[in-house]
Amino acid sequence: MISTSTFNTPCTPNWCPGCGDFGIWSALRRALSNLGWKPSDFVMVYGIGCHGHMVNFLKSYAFETLHGRPIPVAEGIKLANNKLNVIVMAGDGDTFGEGTNHLVHAARRNIDITMILHDNQVYGLTTGQTAPTAQKGFKTKSTPYGVLEEPVNPIGIAVAAGATFIARGFAGDIPFTQSLIEQAIAHKGFSFIDVFQPCVTFNKINTYQWFSDHTYYLPKEYGANDRGEAYKKALEWGDKIPLGILYKEEKPTYEDGIPQIKDKPIIETPLPTREIMDAFINEFI
Amino acid sequence: MIKTWKIGGEAGFGIMVSGTTFSRSLARAGLYLVETSEYPSLIRGGHNTVAVTFSEKPVYAPYKPVDILVALNKETVIFHKDELAPGASVLYDGTSYDISQENLRPDAVFFSIPFGKLIKESGGEMIMRNTVALGASIAVLGLPFEHLAHILTAQFTKKGQKVVDFNITVAKSGYDYIVVNYKEKITPMKIEKKEKEQMVITGAEASGLGAIAAGIKFFAAYPMTPINALLSYMAAVQVKGNFIYKQPEDEIAAINMAIGASFSGARSMVATSGGGFSLMVEGTSLAGMVEQPVVIIMGMRPGPATGLPTWTGQADLHFILNASQGEFPRIVLAPGDMEEMFKLTAEAFNLADRYQTPTFVLVDKYLFEARFTTNVFHPEEIVIDRGKLLSYEDQIKTPDHNRFQFTEDGISPRGIPGRPGGVFRANSDEHNEAGYSDEEAANTAKMIEKRMKKQQMANMAVPAPIVYGDADAEITFSGWGSTKGAILEAIKKLKVQNSNLKVNYMHVNYINPFPSEAVEQILKNAKRVVDVEGNHNGQLADLIRMKTGIYIKDRILKYDGRPFYPEDIIEGVKKII
Repeated sequence: MISTSTFNTPCTPNWCPGCGDFGIWSALRRALSNLGWKPSDFVMVYGIGCHGHMVNFLKSYAFETLHGRPIPVAEGIKLANNKLNVIVMAGDGDTFGEGTNHLVHAARRNIDITMILHDNQVYGLTTGQTAPTAQKGFKTKSTPYGVLEEPVNPIGIAVAAGATFIARGFAGDIPFTQSLIEQAIAHKGFSFIDVFQPCVTFNKINTYQWFSDHTYYLPKEYGANDRGEAYKKALEWGDKIPLGILYKEEKPTYEDGIPQIKDKPIIETPLPTREIMDAFINEFI
Repeated sequence: MIKTWKIGGEAGFGIMVSGTTFSRSLARAGLYLVETSEYPSLIRGGHNTVAVTFSEKPVYAPYKPVDILVALNKETVIFHKDELAPGASVLYDGTSYDISQENLRPDAVFFSIPFGKLIKESGGEMIMRNTVALGASIAVLGLPFEHLAHILTAQFTKKGQKVVDFNITVAKSGYDYIVVNYKEKITPMKIEKKEKEQMVITGAEASGLGAIAAGIKFFAAYPMTPINALLSYMAAVQVKGNFIYKQPEDEIAAINMAIGASFSGARSMVATSGGGFSLMVEGTSLAGMVEQPVVIIMGMRPGPATGLPTWTGQADLHFILNASQGEFPRIVLAPGDMEEMFKLTAEAFNLADRYQTPTFVLVDKYLFEARFTTNVFHPEEIVIDRGKLLSYEDQIKTPDHNRFQFTEDGISPRGIPGRPGGVFRANSDEHNEAGYSDEEAANTAKMIEKRMKKQQMANMAVPAPIVYGDADAEITFSGWGSTKGAILEAIKKLKVQNSNLKVNYMHVNYINPFPSEAVEQILKNAKRVVDVEGNHNGQLADLIRMKTGIYIKDRILKYDGRPFYPEDIIEGVKKII
């Protein structure tokens, strides 16, 4: 255990009062404190959106990237130093507007990073346009007559892409989300947590109350070890939306398959010896 | 004597590999050479060619007239008969196609070789006609067969002695056929024994070796002509070379991964062409903002859009100089030959680390895929300078590290994550010294000044361009990157035509920072400046005007997808003067 105040920075969170980001922030701080991690023990990688401001409110090694790009930056960080603990925070616009491709490939690589999705069905930072996760018919500044598309299904995509740890949390239940984060971090491989994160300013439909009324916790009997069952769960929407671990599988990671980092991270390996360099040159003589 | 050998045939005839084997054999015999390939062309039913220009003396560019044409099919004769030089030799198979009606130049010398019959006698298959042709080509030049035998041995050793022997037998059948049947037509090359060993290497491989010598640790590249050869070379040597090559999902991922790896402390590189770089533009800006070193190998080919995917050009200079939102420092280098390709790629890593900013190596399809004889590289002479990268001890002295600390030279000490102290953050939003978001006016201006100070520092350290040729010249050529070789060859030819002519060439290989003062001095003193570039507008000439105020009116510009041949420049000069 370490005090959550260890992660304090000189900046005060400037999210709207009641923002779901506070819940995820608290759950993460509690998880990190429980793990006993200091700010120097992990790297946070953020996208762009309200969630990305967390770079200012959580002390750690961190990188706030571009909109849609936290995943490839995190992959580069991890591949160059696979000893690092890497956690990605991303918004639903970030992940499914501009970054879907990256999510799909990171999941199928099973690279050992943890990704936490801030899922609020709306673009908050740009003041209230529709997000790819918004429900059909949802009225926003960019869809005054209602969204025409079906929403993307974050869990369904993670299941299909091959993520080896897939869960759904809720910013309104901090201890529960904290526990999911701890388990995701402990998981070896690509872990993905879709967190319902109410936007109190721009989404007046999917409120804390709405999520409380429309979600349920997966029972202990749910095995979370069958990708097909996980996909069925991913399709549950409406009155009964499942929360908890939907799928979990132990599998070698991407890094496990790279022979040159078997013993140590690539940044710690020596430069090629004179003999190896000479051999490379001699190939051309 | 400069000669050009060209082999042509359908895709699948083994044209590319034949070119390489031929080049290596010539280099072993002591010749200098330039090998280029053309693989256009679905329009022509997949017609491929490789041309090797060679000489007893150093040669720096391909020559267009073909002295020895090896036609593995009739189409090769039809497509290339107009390129034949006076007295050119034509090697073909008169038993399987008739070329007597093709109106070839009357002074051409014909060598008909029954490929099929010779292969059958050696027990080979028709796909080996290129091997017969190689043997015949070596014989036509009057070179000893052992050079080809040596290269074939090296090439097939991994497949076992049987395969080696078989290939040598097939090649020898072509060699013997010429010696027996066309002895009187052979004019042997006179080669002086060279003291120094030479390498035979492509631009892509030279660049890859430069990166490895500089200590590359992470390379991401999405397949795209013309950087595929670099990609496959690096993929093959990554385990021995102690670095990681990753093929990502797209170029956007490539540059973001490389920036992430750089953040972790790895020397990182990406490679792409114009279309792929278009996708990397926002990532370049990110590297500029978070002051993360990254090397970008940018291989030009003709655009816009898909353009001519497998051909060459120099039309992306202004794109690379101006790509991305906002103002931030960048370094752009443009190597002009294989040694520059090796050294400037290695130097790019030092410059990227020193100025903590994206650094480009701007190359093109022609030079990146061309194969040259060159002096042997010396990786041990590459000095690695990581700039203000903090040591472990220095970083952990304090719990927190001001990654973007204001300094006199604009360059801030840089830590790496994972160390038990000196915690810091990178932030794509404008930020303060600690990396926390900060939109205050005073901080914003100060941060932009800090970053641009690095460009000023780089400007002060830029080397002057090298001027090749005579002092007090009547004609001064200006050019950049791959046109170097063709211009140097053109100068040789101009002086053969008029031995009193004084002519020189200003080779610009540091494009940004731009050596403004040195260029201004050179051009002010020049009597007549002729700019030579592979683009429509004369982008270097326009840059020179922007940086020095000097307007270069005379421009020899080529934008047909083909590299410059010395003849193009001679003709261009004739038109101007």
